Amino acid sequence: MPSDLITSLYVFVLAGFVGFEVIRRVSPLLHTPLMSLTNALDAIAVVASMSNVVGGFLITDRMLGMFKASKAKKRQ
Amino acid sequence: MNPPMITEHAIQAAYLAATVLFILSLKWLSAPATARRGVRCGEIGMLLAIVATLLYHGIVDYRWIAIGLVLGSIIGVPLGLVQMTAVPQRTALSHAFGAFSVVLVGTAEYYLRAPNVPGFTMAVLAIEVILGSLTFTGSLMAAGKLQEVLPQRPITYKGQNLVNLSLLAIAVIIAVVLVLHPHRMALFPLMIILPLAFGVMMIVPIGGADMPTVISLLNSYAGLSAAAMGFALDSKLLIVAGALDGSSGFILSVIMSKAMNRSFTNVLFGAFGQVQASAAATGQARNVRSASPEEAAGILAAANSVAIIPGYGMAVAQAQHKVRELFDALVRRGVDVKFGIHPVAGRMPGHMNVLLAEADIPYDRLLDMEEINPDFPQTDVALVIGANDVTNPAARTDTASPIYGMPIMDVDKARTVMVIKRSMSPGFAGIDNPLYSLDRTLMLFGDAKGFVGEIVKELAGHAAAAH
Repeated sequence: MPSDLITSLYVFVLAGFVGFEVIRRVSPLLHTPLMSLTNALDAIAVVASMSNVVGGFLITDRMLGMFKASKAKKRQ
Repeated sequence: MNPPMITEHAIQAAYLAATVLFILSLKWLSAPATARRGVRCGEIGMLLAIVATLLYHGIVDYRWIAIGLVLGSIIGVPLGLVQMTAVPQRTALSHAFGAFSVVLVGTAEYYLRAPNVPGFTMAVLAIEVILGSLTFTGSLMAAGKLQEVLPQRPITYKGQNLVNLSLLAIAVIIAVVLVLHPHRMALFPLMIILPLAFGVMMIVPIGGADMPTVISLLNSYAGLSAAAMGFALDSKLLIVAGALDGSSGFILSVIMSKAMNRSFTNVLFGAFGQVQASAAATGQARNVRSASPEEAAGILAAANSVAIIPGYGMAVAQAQHKVRELFDALVRRGVDVKFGIHPVAGRMPGHMNVLLAEADIPYDRLLDMEEINPDFPQTDVALVIGANDVTNPAARTDTASPIYGMPIMDVDKARTVMVIKRSMSPGFAGIDNPLYSLDRTLMLFGDAKGFVGEIVKELAGHAAAAH
């Protein structure tokens, strides 16, 4: 196996672990935005899936804009 | 260094920066307070990556890229602006688009390199194309079911699992043959067609209540196929993005199937809707008490604490804005109002949270099942809106019940339970719900939106009378 493929495997395994640790902490409150965001991210490199890039970021931001703390909490 | 080398280094540096930004983006998504910063971060990373890709000297013709960018953006903007109730089918559609482009790239790569494809490259191309194809048709089917273009009830027939698994098995055998003999170019189209068929057949027996798990699984497949594409194209950035998406989908699938007390294989091959027909038939007619909007408003007005449990029925009735009015009216009266959200409520992970956030309900009022369950015994009123199976106490006690062992919202422990429901017909899974015949339960028969609206009107009347 050529060495760059081995490097790629390392990258994949490590990224998988990082992803697992980071995403495990995401609050269930934000599971829908999580899915739309990762969806936008992995559409990278394929210019043809620009629809997912643009649509994915747009909808994630809209969803997150809707999550507001109650007024009492904001003042704290 | 000569100029092309400098450009090459700049491109690699930009990709590395994008990778870091993607990971930070997901890290900040973990809490609502930092989540939007996370999205900005992801957008900057994406911009960097796209600009770096356009600088790549291997690009022959920029016109096609320009067409792709414009066309993609034209499709993408409406997809980003859909109604929040339509988010599950939007997500399924974008999984389909992503998978489609992955299959196209994989196919192009194969025919560019064939007949002399190295074994490892052929293997990753096979993984990419098989996962991509089944995700493409599977996601389209899921989107069709969610949009109700296709029948939502699971369709099953004898030998279904055998047929489905054979389709996939033959595709895998073809992949192995191609790895050993990559010059057999006639086999490649088969390796696309069979998983395409499998994708369709896989979703046919799946019903609406299983959609959260299935969408998460498809999300995971889409990520893994993108990572495989990263291997084939030797793009580390794509490998990282695909691995992140793959693990995210995987974690969500695990959470969803745990919340239904089922295994992946059971979700994919279990055909939930069928088994229960007999269980429903055995349920004998019991007495239920019903109440009018006036009575319901009176009980709610007298309560100190109210827990609202929304389900898919609330989304279908588009009742979230009326629920918000009810929330406001009760909070104004000093009632402590919380929302209890089951992990599989709705049609995708987090569906209810997004709907309620859209209706301007503060997120700190939305509690997980684990957070709210210990509070039910001290709760005056549990108001169930459009949820059924996730409140069924039979899951705790009745070993014969198809949902036995599934973690549920302990609404039956509240002092008074009110359930808004159209009729006494059993829920999606066709399971009898003993909650409805408890002494402390009041059934509020009607459309969720209409009934909540009437309660709000009554509460306003109470308030006016009090002044």
